[in-house]
Amino acid sequence: MNFVALKMLVGDRAKYIGIIVGITFASLLITQQLAIFTGIMTRTYGSISDLGQPDVWVMDPKVQFIDDIKPLQDTELYRVRGVDGVEWAVPLYKGLLKARLSNGNFQTCNVFGLDDATLIGGPPEMIDGRIEDLRRADGVIVDEYAAVGKLANPPAFEGAPSTPLQVGDVLELNDHRAIVVGICRVQRTFQSQPVVYTTYSRATRFAPRERKLLSFVLVAAKAGVDPRELCARIQAATGLAAETRDDFKWKTVLYFMKYTGIPINFGIAVLLGFLVGTAIAGQTFYNFTLDNLKQFGALKAMGAGNGTLLRMILLQALLVGLIGYGLGVGAAAMFGILSRNSELAFRLPWQILAVTAGSVTLICMLAAVISIRKVVKLEPAMVFKG
Amino acid sequence: MYQPENAAVVCRGVTKVYGEGGSVVQALRGVDLDVRAGELLMLVGPSGCGKTTLISVVAGILDPSGGQCLVFGEDLAALPQRKRTAFRGKSIGFVFQAYNLLPALTAAENVAVPLLILGEKRSHALERAHAALERVSLSDRSSARPAQLSGGQQQRVAIARALVHDPRLVVCDEPTSALDADTGQRVMSLLRDVAIAPGRALIIVTHDSRTFHFADRIARMNDGRIESIQENVAETTTAEGRT
Repeated sequence: MNFVALKMLVGDRAKYIGIIVGITFASLLITQQLAIFTGIMTRTYGSISDLGQPDVWVMDPKVQFIDDIKPLQDTELYRVRGVDGVEWAVPLYKGLLKARLSNGNFQTCNVFGLDDATLIGGPPEMIDGRIEDLRRADGVIVDEYAAVGKLANPPAFEGAPSTPLQVGDVLELNDHRAIVVGICRVQRTFQSQPVVYTTYSRATRFAPRERKLLSFVLVAAKAGVDPRELCARIQAATGLAAETRDDFKWKTVLYFMKYTGIPINFGIAVLLGFLVGTAIAGQTFYNFTLDNLKQFGALKAMGAGNGTLLRMILLQALLVGLIGYGLGVGAAAMFGILSRNSELAFRLPWQILAVTAGSVTLICMLAAVISIRKVVKLEPAMVFKG
Repeated sequence: MYQPENAAVVCRGVTKVYGEGGSVVQALRGVDLDVRAGELLMLVGPSGCGKTTLISVVAGILDPSGGQCLVFGEDLAALPQRKRTAFRGKSIGFVFQAYNLLPALTAAENVAVPLLILGEKRSHALERAHAALERVSLSDRSSARPAQLSGGQQQRVAIARALVHDPRLVVCDEPTSALDADTGQRVMSLLRDVAIAPGRALIIVTHDSRTFHFADRIARMNDGRIESIQENVAETTTAEGRT
């Protein structure tokens, strides 16, 4: 009877397309909104992802997320280095400094100051220049998006394109001369500010005078030492907060989830997609069943049991669900591909596909259940009523 | 319950009440009816007299309020729902007034539906459906959808569908009421030619007096009761003009 069920469904083209459109819409909206939400959340910890070498981040206990800088005394670095299980520990400066462009405009930059000796914490990928070039006088490395965008040299005349920042160009960072010695590729950050790398000593020179300038201590665990165990030891020994890379990412994400309206806004969009999809698909599927009630009655009279009819309706729901899911997810993926080089945050891990699949299954089940109820209660004698 | 020899259907004291309280409708008021295997019995009577209710009870798609109805020895009302549905699928063929063909299926696929319900493989079911369509002279229209067929052709497809699984009882509800007189005569003639078989009973509900001569017996109903059963009608009504 599967064949009959499918032909019944496909035979009513208008309703068939209507149901698929409803599910596609829901699937697209759920996938796309969740992917943008995940993309934005991923950007909140983009800087942590870029710093792949350290196992543990040490910070002031009051720090709530990566951009929440509460500087430490420089001496904390030595205390951390003294903890048993620490392979190495290096300082990291992270702060927002103003860059002055050649046309006089200012642009706030996310400046990272790396350990002068090791340059640990540098950009994950260099496009032009080498990370070691940071040792040259006044050297800075700028991210590629900033080089062609926010830090690009302004156009020579109105209407002309701006010139991308290149190795050798000069910047002014907080009234200090900085020379671009490299262009790197980094993950985009939540605030999409230009990312500038330099050495720790130079960054603290660029930064406004403060008593404490050490933002984080980056730590690697000795071989065989569990990073979580090391965090506990550092906390016990120094009174500072210590987080593994993954825990710090989660801490950052949870901060944004808790203290910003982002999850609520996206949650509402996802819920709307779900509700509208359910309403359209459910209503159309129910109408489709109502239109075929006489046929279902005839099948029932001819010996098709409730189990058979239930399987037929579930198969119909499964088919429209699969097609709608495929189209919706496909359209969302296409949207992601097309917006790859834009400012839009879009990340589509398999978990989102699973959530969308679950939501679409729920929509189809809801749509099927109201139809099944009608068919199960159907009196086959109604087919004799002309 | 006593069951006469060669009986396909035996109903005794069958009553059916619809509704409750003040809105009670007594559709059947103690119907006694025997239908023999191999005969065509017509149930006739005015609208609302209980014809359709009676065949619904006989076919096991309505439970009687009282009395008993045996179909080839089986009391369908006493069977569990699942067994009753299975019995209906295997042993009863239906021809409906409004044909009730599935619009999305071709004629052959529609005819194959009872076999598919019984779990037969699609290819085999379609093969048998084509043979059934040949019996009703519609083999050339097997790929047509119901909307592409005339009313008479649709009813012939419905007849092929009712017979394709070789049921022992065929129940037809007003099979000619949606057709013009000539087409109605042809459909009845066809029904008689292809449906009558040894061991198979045919019950036709109709109020079309022009088709009465096709019956072996006519049971006249009125107000929920069988008023009379007329034997050998086919011979006595020849003068009325059998086609």
